[in-house]
Amino acid sequence: MSQTLPTPAELIPALAAELTAHLATRGVTQPKFVGIRTGGVWVAQALLTEMGHDVATLGTLDVSFYRDDFTQNGLHPQVQPSALPFDIEGQHLVLIDDVLMSGRTIRAALNELFDYGRPASVTLVTLIELDARELPIRADVTALRLSLPADQRVKLRGPQPLSLELRQLGAVTD
Amino acid sequence: MLALSTAQTLQLNDQGQLRHYLSIDGLSRELLTEILDTADSFLEVGARSVKKVPLLRGMTVCNVFFENSTRTRTTFELAAKRLSADVINLDISTSSTSKGESLFDTLRNLEAMAADMFVVRHGDSGAAHFIAEHVCPDVAVINAGDGRHSHPTQGMLDMLTIRRHKGDFSGLSVAIVGDILHSRVARSDMLALRTLGCTDIRVIAPKSLIPVGIEQYGVRVFHDLAAGLKDVDVVIMLRLQKERMQGGLLPSEGEFFRLYGLTQQRLALAKPDALVMHPGPINRGVEIESAVADGAQSVILNQVTYGIAIRMAVLAMAMSGQKTQRQLDQDSEV
Amino acid sequence: MRMTLKGARVIDPASQLDQHVSVHLQDGHILALGNAPTGFTAERMLDCSGLVIAPGLVDLSCALREPGFGRKGNIASETLAAAAGGTTSLCCPPFTRPALDTPAVAELILDRAREAGHAKVFPLGALSKGLAGEQLSELVSLRDAGCVAFTNGLSQFRNTRVLRRALEYAATFDLTVVFVSQDHDLADGGLAHEGPTAAFLGLPGIPETAETVALARDLLLVEQTGVRAHFSQLTSARGVEMIAQAQARGLPVTADVALYQLILTDEALNSFSGLYHVQPPLRSNADRQALREAVRAGVVQAIASHHQPHEGDVKRAPFGATEPGISSAELFLPLAMTLVQDGLLELPELLKRLSLGPAQAMRLSAGKLGVGEAADLVIFDPQATTLAGEQWFSKGENCPFHGHCLPSTVRYTLVDGHISFQR
Repeated sequence: MSQTLPTPAELIPALAAELTAHLATRGVTQPKFVGIRTGGVWVAQALLTEMGHDVATLGTLDVSFYRDDFTQNGLHPQVQPSALPFDIEGQHLVLIDDVLMSGRTIRAALNELFDYGRPASVTLVTLIELDARELPIRADVTALRLSLPADQRVKLRGPQPLSLELRQLGAVTD
Repeated sequence: MLALSTAQTLQLNDQGQLRHYLSIDGLSRELLTEILDTADSFLEVGARSVKKVPLLRGMTVCNVFFENSTRTRTTFELAAKRLSADVINLDISTSSTSKGESLFDTLRNLEAMAADMFVVRHGDSGAAHFIAEHVCPDVAVINAGDGRHSHPTQGMLDMLTIRRHKGDFSGLSVAIVGDILHSRVARSDMLALRTLGCTDIRVIAPKSLIPVGIEQYGVRVFHDLAAGLKDVDVVIMLRLQKERMQGGLLPSEGEFFRLYGLTQQRLALAKPDALVMHPGPINRGVEIESAVADGAQSVILNQVTYGIAIRMAVLAMAMSGQKTQRQLDQDSEV
Repeated sequence: MRMTLKGARVIDPASQLDQHVSVHLQDGHILALGNAPTGFTAERMLDCSGLVIAPGLVDLSCALREPGFGRKGNIASETLAAAAGGTTSLCCPPFTRPALDTPAVAELILDRAREAGHAKVFPLGALSKGLAGEQLSELVSLRDAGCVAFTNGLSQFRNTRVLRRALEYAATFDLTVVFVSQDHDLADGGLAHEGPTAAFLGLPGIPETAETVALARDLLLVEQTGVRAHFSQLTSARGVEMIAQAQARGLPVTADVALYQLILTDEALNSFSGLYHVQPPLRSNADRQALREAVRAGVVQAIASHHQPHEGDVKRAPFGATEPGISSAELFLPLAMTLVQDGLLELPELLKRLSLGPAQAMRLSAGKLGVGEAADLVIFDPQATTLAGEQWFSKGENCPFHGHCLPSTVRYTLVDGHISFQR
């Protein structure tokens, strides 16, 4: 591994600051936070703690039922219920994920969110944004933009402590 | 020289995932738990304003019912639709068999119409196995009840009901009351309970309604309802078919209710928070009195709700496992 | 045709012959054993080194399906299958369409069997007209047409009184009645042996008492009427015990079992395969052990194939919707040789259960390998193996043994000195 990555602990404060600024610019005062399972929920929890929000108000999404790769990869065996402890109708949502790569997970998450109701807006926050988009989806706020070779992936490990690691594609994964 | 038993491996793909759902027999505790977990997620979907996920979009589920059952067929239909599948309902009991078309030909025809999944109910034990093994192995086959043999979605919806109300199976006492002999629900429940770690399973019925060899299920047999109900956590009542009064199995509905009917008074012998379950449709005043069926301990209507989630889970999982198997087969051909 | 069979081990259970001798045939009969009679010159010499020569097998139940069930089999196809299994004489049950209850049907069967020439056929007549259990068939006319015994199979008599009368009538003319004892009411709707396997699979059970209740009744009626009786297709330990007790009481009854009952148990049903659907049903391992022991001890004198060929369609269905029966006539000897392989029987004893025993039960002159007897012989290689299904002559597609490698292989089957089968 040639590249060394910063730790999430180093990235979160900047991410929080940028998000606060972004929301202020947009005039959003009472955002509702939603993390995408699993990595996105960890990032969201760290972010909310950093921003001084109550972590219990965080909504979680499991997008397994909305993925577009069911016919290729089948159903994720550890699917868990999504849980949004608030009504999203007319709300300003902050959707949080760990790594934005192809954009397909975000597409699935947006579809799922709209099955709960019609939010006023959705702001996308990701810890890392890779230069590998397959859909016209970009993060509004991100802490780190990366460009990786085609055979490399970045993976968030957690929940305690959070760490980032680079993986070679084709290597044994767990 | 014995036949190679395929019944147990038939429903799993090469990676041990569900590809058909035929029977609880041969499924591991982990797999049953995965079904329950997945169903929990689908239960949450059912509580949303849009009760639908796009998982099986573009796929066709055929409900092929050789035996009439509006309730089971409706819940399967609802489950498939909530997964965004297209659904075709075929009530064979009134169509092609009267024209002399065999089960084999009927299903081959449906397969040619590019059905991705068959939900089958049939009066013959082993019918779903037969279809999965000999008719269309590449189409995911879901058993919606075969003869006296198995009703595995009912079995697992009963397990989901118990888990959601009681948490864990290990310390529970569960009593199954009524016509065990003819009941595919009882067989599926006994297998599922045992696999999930329930150590006190009781069956309560007169000898004429208990099959020979019941011991193999690891259950205790009671002929006296009061003794059997003592301190149980869950009571599963079975439906008594009217035709049982013919062949000398029982004298009358009245005497059956007198001896084995669940009343408030008898329910008091169970634990105070015991659940009352029934696969439906219930015969009020035959196996259960109305006050119990509609009472605070009854979870009979919850079972219906959970049934949709369980059916969504097995439809999604079997479709997934079948797709994976096709991928594996393709890869091995290359 | 004069033929000499050289170099084989010759086994004749009737004379307890078991040695390497030459067998000389002339005009369809056995002319001499050992040295050729002076002046005898064989037109054909068959080198049988390493092979066994034994009396051709006598199969007490081999359904030919003709007339009436051409899709399942016909006399030519099924007798050829039987010949391939080492059989030279067979009894065909009366479950044809129309039932074998008139001399015309018997004559038709015998004519076609002679035409085919693969095996000698001895029809079993229907005991009652149309097997309906109401009215007696013309038993004496049927006997005169060639029926060697009479049976109603699994079909019940209207009541026990009618059955008793039928037995009395048969006894009057010293006719043999073949019983398949199974109580119709106790077995009604049943698909499998009532036990843990059937309970687990949700298949309606046929209790052991379906056999024993009927057997008790039938044995008492045999005793009362004095009819000559043979009990066919026994399945249960208690059943063979009752036969043994009756024999010990001096009742001269004989019995057979289906060969597959000595090999399979109800556990074979675990895959719901309709290939294992038979009537009466496969029973428990304990029952199978008792049947094997009864064969060993001689309580059961005969092993029969109970060959019931079916077209593939009727087995291509869920278990309960399939028709019962196994097609295995052409594996008769190799399947039976598994009993020697398992150490249950010595080879001469096995051959006795497959030839002399059944012949005596039906009073057939077959089953002997002595000078002057018909040259009905099976010549087989006990060291070779048969891959079941590699060749298949029966129209029956319903054989659960396909793919199994079985001991021994039939090289020649001779009927009246003619080679009816060779491989």
